[in-house]
Amino acid sequence: MTRYLVPLGIFLAVVIFLGVGLGLNPREVPSPLINRQAPAFDLPQLHATNRRIGPAELRGQVWLLNVWASWCVSCRQEHPVLVELAKTGVVPIYGLNYKDQREDALRWLQQWGDPYKLSIMDREGRTGIDYGVYGVPETYVIDKAGVIRYKQIGPLTPEIVRDKILPLVRKLNA
Amino acid sequence: MHKQVLALILWGVMATGVFAADAQPVSADPALEQRALRLTNELRCLVCQNQTIADSNAELAVDLRKQVREQLKQGKSEQEILDYMVNRYGDFVLYRPPVKAQTLVLWLGPFVLMAGGLFILLSFLRHRRKAEAAAAPEKLDEAARMLRGNGGSS
Repeated sequence: MTRYLVPLGIFLAVVIFLGVGLGLNPREVPSPLINRQAPAFDLPQLHATNRRIGPAELRGQVWLLNVWASWCVSCRQEHPVLVELAKTGVVPIYGLNYKDQREDALRWLQQWGDPYKLSIMDREGRTGIDYGVYGVPETYVIDKAGVIRYKQIGPLTPEIVRDKILPLVRKLNA
Repeated sequence: MHKQVLALILWGVMATGVFAADAQPVSADPALEQRALRLTNELRCLVCQNQTIADSNAELAVDLRKQVREQLKQGKSEQEILDYMVNRYGDFVLYRPPVKAQTLVLWLGPFVLMAGGLFILLSFLRHRRKAEAAAAPEKLDEAARMLRGNGGSS
């Protein structure tokens, strides 16, 4: 009897491992920045380039940092979700315009709508590296103390906003 | 005729190889370049996950190569640069992840599997030897009968 049970057990273990492995998304690498202070930056704003901004100035509120670019295809897909979220006014969204040309970025916002309180220009992508950005779009939820609480890799969907972002924002605001 | 076609194909294949070689941003100092190359070969590109930062042509990899060179020039140690990367992208950027509680399965898994395989193999062999030993006396009798020439029907 054990003759059959042992190989069957091994087979089942392999099936379970493979099954779990198939369910994981290798693109989603857990960020070490969760529950750490949002990295500082001091970058010009997209619209008013003579004005600079950093995360220190956004302290005291829960806010979203959305990394986007006009060359990013998935950002286009995500954009209506952000516009909808911005309309509700539940949480301010700040854009990090990542490795983009200013004219392209401005045209993009004009064409598809601007859900951002303001966008920040990261021309060189250095701030992107500090935030561990590797697949635009990415979205960070940052709490009142400036700590990163959540990171979404890839486009936001209405489901993610409803099930993850909004409950978290509510909790952090409470 | 065939030879010419073959030569043409060969030339084409080789030519693509030549064109595909990309110019890499190389710093003037060869020692520094050597260190940069070694470091970037230790780091995984997160955009194309099975390539190192040294190999990948993704834009992020280009930026990170630049970072490594700059930081080496600033006199940072190799460990400091690896820490810089891990702080931003996690242990996953390292091709040789550190031994931690989380990575224990990764490090020990293969040995556990090998030990398990060896155990199964040994117990299998032992069973077979026992079975053979049990069968041996009858077989010897039969062989003896056959040698005497009156095996089977007499």
